[in-house]
Amino acid sequence: MKKDWPLWEVFIRSKNGLSHKHVGSLHAADAEMAIENARDVYTRRNEGISIWVVESSNITASSPNQTEALFDPANDKVYRHPTFYDLPDEVKHI
Amino acid sequence: MEKLHDLQEIFQARIDADEKIEPKDWMPDAYRKTLIRQIAQHAHSEIVGMLPEGNWISRAPSLRRKVALLAKVQDEAGHGLYLYSAAETLGVDRETLIDELHTGKAKYSSIFNYPTLSWADIGAIGWLVDGAAIMNQVMLTRTSYGPYARAMVRICKEESFHQRQGYEILLTLCRGSEAQKAMAQDALNRWWWPSLMMFGPSDKDSQHTEQSMRWRIKRKTNDEIRQQFVDATVPQAEFLGITIPDPDLQWNESRGHYDFGPINWDEFWQVVNGNGPCNRERIRARVKAHEEGAWVREAALAYAEKRKARNAAATKVA
Repeated sequence: MKKDWPLWEVFIRSKNGLSHKHVGSLHAADAEMAIENARDVYTRRNEGISIWVVESSNITASSPNQTEALFDPANDKVYRHPTFYDLPDEVKHI
Repeated sequence: MEKLHDLQEIFQARIDADEKIEPKDWMPDAYRKTLIRQIAQHAHSEIVGMLPEGNWISRAPSLRRKVALLAKVQDEAGHGLYLYSAAETLGVDRETLIDELHTGKAKYSSIFNYPTLSWADIGAIGWLVDGAAIMNQVMLTRTSYGPYARAMVRICKEESFHQRQGYEILLTLCRGSEAQKAMAQDALNRWWWPSLMMFGPSDKDSQHTEQSMRWRIKRKTNDEIRQQFVDATVPQAEFLGITIPDPDLQWNESRGHYDFGPINWDEFWQVVNGNGPCNRERIRARVKAHEEGAWVREAALAYAEKRKARNAAATKVA
C-alpha cells in the first residue's frame, strides 16, 4: 500500500524577541521527524533558533469568502486610530 | 454562467492591480493548471539538476570545492522541496507529481539532459545554468501566486552563491595551465547554446507566454530574459578570456544589446521530447532512487506509529 507522509506547516523564530513565522511546509512521518526535516530544508543558513511544526490538517483557516464579514466592520472605525483626534500642535508628547 | 464570468473578471482585476493570489482564493481552473504544470516542472528541474553535478562530488579537485559542491547540490534538493510544497497548495499531491516525472508526463529543464564530462563543466553549470535560472527566478519573485513568489525569494537568496562558485571554478582554470584553460573553453562551447535554450522557445513559438503574462505568472517573455542573460554574460566571458561559440555575437549600438546567432530549435525539441544525450539515464536514476528509498519511507511511518503507540501507553500508565 502506498502512503504519503503527512504534510506539516513549518514556523521559524529567526531570533529571540521575534515571533515564529510561517516559512513553508514539508512531509514527514511524525512531528519529531518533521522538525528534523525542517532543520535541513528551512534552516541551512542560520535562519532560525526555534522551529514549530503543525500538521497541516490541524489548521483551521478563515475562508476568502468570509473576508468582508470578518474584516469590513473594522473599516469604518477610524476613531480607533490616533490620527482621528484633533489636537493643537502646541501640545507635546501625546 | 454569468457568475463564473464575474468571478473571472474580479480575478483578472485583482491580477491587474498586482494583488497576490493565495491558495484558498478563487482562481480560474486554467490558472491553477498552468501553475501546477509550471511549478512542478520547476521542482523537477531542481531535483533532476542534482544528477549532473552529483557526478563530480567524489572527484572534486579539493576539499574546498567538494564542500561547496555538496552544499550546492543540497540546496537544489531544498529548492525542489520548496517548490513541491508550493505546488501542493494548489491541491495536487506529492506522489502524483513524482509519478508524473517518472512516467515522463511532466517535463523538467532540458539542460539537465546534457552530460558533465569534465570538472570545468561544474564551473560552467554554476556560471551559465544557475546564472540563467537566477534571471528567470528573479522575475518569478514577482509572480502573481503568493506561495510560488515566496519560494522564489528563498531560492534567489540561496542561489547567488551557486553562480559565484561556478564562475570561480572557471576563473581558476582560466588562470591555470593551457590545458586547464582549454578545458574551460570546451565547457563553454558545450554549455553555451543549451543555456540559451533554457529560457524556452522564442516568443513567437511559445504557446504559454501570452496567457502567462496576462495572469502575471511571468513578467517577462522568454526572449526578453534570454537577451538580458546574453547581455550580462558576454562581459563575464571576456573577463575569463574564453570565447563564446557564436560567430554572430556582437554589440549592437543602436539596440543597446548584444546580437546573437540563431538557436538550433531542432536540438531543443529533440531534447525536450526525450532524445537528448542523458534523458533516459536521468529518469532511470530518479526512479531507482525513489524505488530504493521506498523502505525508508515505510520504515519512518512504521517507526512513527510505534512511537505514537508507546507514548499513548506511557500516558495511560501515568
